[in-house]
Amino acid sequence: MSTATDSRVATFPFPFAHDTYRYSTNVEPAGGRVVTAAGGWGEHVVDVDERYLTELAERDRILAADPTRFQALPHMEIAQWDAMLAIMRSLSASYPRTMSLERDGGLWRWTNHALDLEQAFVHGERATLPEPPLRFIGRQIQEDVVLLDQREGQLWGDAGLVTFAADWSLRFDVGMSFLQIHGPVPRIHTEGVITRAQSFLMRLESGQQFRRTNWTLTVDGRLDTSTETYPEWGRDRRTLADGPLAEVGERLHLRVEVQHLIRLGASGAIMFLVRTHMLPFTDIALVPAWAQRLHSVLSELPDDMAEYKGITRIRQPGIDWLADCRTRSGS
Amino acid sequence: MLVVGSLSDLTDDVRHLRLVDPGGAALPAYAPGSHVVLECGVGPDGLPRRNAYSLTGSGVEPDSYALSVRRDDTGRGGSRWIHALSLGDSVEVSRPRSAFAPVSTARHHVLVAGGIGVTPILSHARAAVRWGRSFEVHYVFRGGDGPHLDDLINLCGNSLQTYRGSSELWSTLAPALLDRPLGTHLYTCGPAPLIDEVHDRARAAGWPPQRIHHEHFGIAALEPGTAFTVRLRSTGADVEVPSGTSLLDALEQHGVAVPNLCRQGVCGECRVPVAAGAVAHRDLYLTEDEKAAGDCVMPCVSRAEGPRLELEL
Repeated sequence: MSTATDSRVATFPFPFAHDTYRYSTNVEPAGGRVVTAAGGWGEHVVDVDERYLTELAERDRILAADPTRFQALPHMEIAQWDAMLAIMRSLSASYPRTMSLERDGGLWRWTNHALDLEQAFVHGERATLPEPPLRFIGRQIQEDVVLLDQREGQLWGDAGLVTFAADWSLRFDVGMSFLQIHGPVPRIHTEGVITRAQSFLMRLESGQQFRRTNWTLTVDGRLDTSTETYPEWGRDRRTLADGPLAEVGERLHLRVEVQHLIRLGASGAIMFLVRTHMLPFTDIALVPAWAQRLHSVLSELPDDMAEYKGITRIRQPGIDWLADCRTRSGS
Repeated sequence: MLVVGSLSDLTDDVRHLRLVDPGGAALPAYAPGSHVVLECGVGPDGLPRRNAYSLTGSGVEPDSYALSVRRDDTGRGGSRWIHALSLGDSVEVSRPRSAFAPVSTARHHVLVAGGIGVTPILSHARAAVRWGRSFEVHYVFRGGDGPHLDDLINLCGNSLQTYRGSSELWSTLAPALLDRPLGTHLYTCGPAPLIDEVHDRARAAGWPPQRIHHEHFGIAALEPGTAFTVRLRSTGADVEVPSGTSLLDALEQHGVAVPNLCRQGVCGECRVPVAAGAVAHRDLYLTEDEKAAGDCVMPCVSRAEGPRLELEL
């Protein structure tokens, strides 16, 4: 096992606490370390790891090909500044040797040594930044970002920079309410999960930070599985399902999103950070407890939930590969 | 905890305070119209007095939380406690809570202040100037100059109208309510009769209710609740739950592990079965039917309705 694999497995946010999975409002305060069977994760809200430069290059490539991955309705200007400062503060607190944010009266200075970047700016003055604030900072983090405005007793997804969407589209969702955005998710509406989540978010106080995880399966570890590029990646599911079982372990990845929910200050907006982690089944299998649990979750998952997650075709090959792997290891 | 960084008297009975971090740290930013809850000494019942006060700044990257408090000699004593504070005194202050924020999509903002109700309106006006929003302020007060009148004159220029009484106010505001552009939002803070009259007249002038806002205190903070005793059925042990301590905290302090996540009555993780006693449900998780059944409790926020509760623990 290489060092890179080692560290990926050790820091992977394995999401399953039980042998079955259902949607829930699984929120907890951000920042605490979660111990897993292989290591742990969760100390940092904005997390920089060894794939930082690779993933930022991928984000820039996607954004250059499709600038609509960045969206901001005009009334989200203040929220963009809030988000930028909150992310800069989080980075400089977590990585003081490479990132710093200094303030001298009205003048701010942001330094990101990892990108060899230095930027002075005046808060609220667009002309002092090379691009919109959310786009500027979004290109310096591995997280996707969505900003939710709170008004009329609801939340509205009115801005974002999303290049690593798991089967959705920011351009399609921008301007929708929280309930509309989650409209297609099965089960959660009758169970009240979404309305409860919205009530919870709307009560967050300035500076409060919570987190949750979500998951799906992705073929070939592709970060950009957005609706826009479906023609490019849709067929991967078929080639996986129709291909040899031996290839499944390398190709099929458990995709886990660590999502942070943060109440911003002056705008009162909610910042939604989504960090995507992926681990191929071969690496999951290095941790027998994970392989066993993933096998059981995938086997039990109801069809409507599998359909919504877009894994109807690929979950059986995944289950078969995990079962096969267990037989081979003789347990 | 913050300390009093400066004090000044705006009028005979209104004192302005700036609360700062004792170490000089920056304070969390807040939405205009936000309030903080201060612990103002201890009341006659032995419980901390908690009062909510609006912050008067724009909310952008504040180095202090500024608030203005009118002394109420007939009140519960919170405002008198604040008026007795000196420079450097410590004050327990909650995070800012936003319940009266400007609507980001509004085309124009009409801000109406009555007396000391000017405090959140000043915050709105500062932010409106800061971000170039279209706005106007109508400020009514009695006798002398209203608190923060100078600040508003400096900020608003021609966008400010002042009045010495209700009839003066309505001679200008009533026609204004008929001709402001569609998409305008209306915000009022002041005495209840003023809030009611603005609301009623705006409704009569055809304003949709979603565009009429007023400041209301007292909903954001969960009350500390009264003390009660909880019995654990498995061991027969009694655990005291003091006022201001959650049932979950009390159980944990007693060595009873209860799985939990959010500790805010939302996630549903800490649900505990109830054997006997009535529950004062304060969570967002249980359905109305479940609450009515009374056979479980979310101990992170909910409490006993009476003096005792018995849990299946």
